[in-house]
Amino acid sequence: MVKYIGKRIIYMFITMFLIATATFFLMQTLPGSPIQSYSKLNDTQKAIVEKKYGIDKPKPVQYAIYMKNLAKGDLGTSFAFKGKSVNDLLASRMKPSFILGIQAMVFGTIVGILLGMIAALKQNTFWDYGSTFFAILGISIPSFVFATLLQYYVGSQWHLLPVGLWNDGWKSSILPSLALAMGPLALSARFIRTEMIEVMGSDYITLAKAKGASGFEIAFKHAFRNALIPLITVLGPVAAGLVTGSLVVEQIFAIPGIGEQFVSSIMVNDFATIMGTTLFFSAFLIVVIFIVDILYGVIDPRIRVAGGKA
Amino acid sequence: MSKILQVKDLELSFHTFAGEVKAIRGVNFDLNKGETLAIVGESGSGKSVTTKSIMRLLPESSSEFKNGEILFDGKDLTKLPEREMQKIRGKDISMIFQDPMTSLNPTMTIGKQIMEPILKHQKVSKAKARKVAIELLNMVGIPNAENRYKMYPHQFSGGQRQRIVIATALACNPQILIADEPTTALDVTIQAQILELMKDIQKKIDTSIIFITHDLGVVANVADRVAVMYGGMIVEIGTVDEIFYNPQHPYTWGLLSSMPSMDLNEEKLYAIPGTPPDLLNPPKGDAFALRSEYALKIDMEQPPPFFRVSDTHYAATWLLHPQAPQVEPPAGIIERMRTFPGSRYYEATGGRA
Repeated sequence: MVKYIGKRIIYMFITMFLIATATFFLMQTLPGSPIQSYSKLNDTQKAIVEKKYGIDKPKPVQYAIYMKNLAKGDLGTSFAFKGKSVNDLLASRMKPSFILGIQAMVFGTIVGILLGMIAALKQNTFWDYGSTFFAILGISIPSFVFATLLQYYVGSQWHLLPVGLWNDGWKSSILPSLALAMGPLALSARFIRTEMIEVMGSDYITLAKAKGASGFEIAFKHAFRNALIPLITVLGPVAAGLVTGSLVVEQIFAIPGIGEQFVSSIMVNDFATIMGTTLFFSAFLIVVIFIVDILYGVIDPRIRVAGGKA
Repeated sequence: MSKILQVKDLELSFHTFAGEVKAIRGVNFDLNKGETLAIVGESGSGKSVTTKSIMRLLPESSSEFKNGEILFDGKDLTKLPEREMQKIRGKDISMIFQDPMTSLNPTMTIGKQIMEPILKHQKVSKAKARKVAIELLNMVGIPNAENRYKMYPHQFSGGQRQRIVIATALACNPQILIADEPTTALDVTIQAQILELMKDIQKKIDTSIIFITHDLGVVANVADRVAVMYGGMIVEIGTVDEIFYNPQHPYTWGLLSSMPSMDLNEEKLYAIPGTPPDLLNPPKGDAFALRSEYALKIDMEQPPPFFRVSDTHYAATWLLHPQAPQVEPPAGIIERMRTFPGSRYYEATGGRA
């Protein structure tokens, strides 16, 4: 197991290296340059700025310098945010994004699982159709539409919660979290429903019933864990969806998170910030997928990695 | 012998989109204490449904008891509330299924699965339940039970898993053990081991077994009595010798003739022609008449009642009616009957007697 984890961590670094390289060169193909917004400067002044940020050097040299700094954990200096380091920028913006992401993920999967369980155990009843309808809504309505609806009704019409911004403590996080949670919620509900129905029809469930287990024990002690396996598999991509969703949702709710900063840094060709944020998202995703793989083995002993043979 | 279970006039239907499927159409049998009753018949004859209905394991939404009763311990199981049934399942009556590869929960250690009925039905501590579970594993022949107790089903072979399922079924010393084709999914050598194990255990804990199978070789090996089912009914019931050496029903003849035999040098193995009856629209008379070369005119009109052959042997065929014409059973069956005292072909000089 230790060997497996070690191996996975090495792979994670290789993946990060490849992503950093690809992003670096892809970004060079973006139209415009970081200093095009400094339009008031004359050519000499521009040259000074370019020299200051090191973008006057040939691309391979820039790449080498960037990678060298990256290895030390230094993401460079932002072009747009007046000499602030990207590390500082990310750190100051991380908290809201992190809170939103975690809340949306936890709320979405828990409620989704509950809805899915109810639908499966009360198959073809009002409960089933209700939860299915809800799940289809969640899958088909994009998070920004849902976000806008929440803002309009809950925020602006009923004045229950703040419409946006990040200045009212936990209250500010509720609406954006809800908007983000719809995706994972709907997906979990669909997966758990399908899987529970399948598992409830299997032989070991009949055997559990033949042992005298009650309906509740069968559903939660026997069926649930087995129904969870496919859901765990898709939770990684769901987390990815949450990241991309948060780009838009943070923008809509004007939340000073990483997503919001990412979008604005792309607008102004702030190369260092784009790189830094991309790498941060990638690292996040890679870690989530890694955790999912480990969880997989925790839930299903058949997938557990046998001491280093993997 | 005391009767431990009585099934009387049991009728059960499934409600499907196509209509009402009459899966069990009047089944009667008793189970005596300590005996093994084999229920044989082809797929769809209602053997599994009969036993699942005893444990009430059929989906309540689509199945319905139309008539009859299942008497156990003074209670009619067809009318017992689900909560009461849960107290009987796994404690007084337990069950072994056909496929050991799918009948264990893949995400639960086998120890937990064996302990489950113990903790559910007996007021014992976890440590005690654990001890019992390890004893059970030893009894069913899982070596090194102390350590293997914490393992998951996928770490065991098919035969071992069936042993584990048996251990689970025996956890509360049930009065009745229902084995639904417990050896069908196993290869022949393992089959023999599992049958030996079941016989051993029966001696040890004195339980009654209902053994469902379509393998007559297995029946001869384990059963005391045999019930032959066809089209949702029992067509012949008797002791194992009576069914094997003095069969009366043409369907039993067909079953026995289609069993490969070492003694008979026949080139071609006999197969019963036709297909099982459609239980959506069950036939009016004898369900087997359309496939039987021995069918009489009355077989098309009226279902035959049970005729007594001996105190333990009954068969539902019009051929046993006093006015029925004498028919010759197939040659292989006559061969069998020659050895059975009391059959009409018995020869005192015959081999077996």
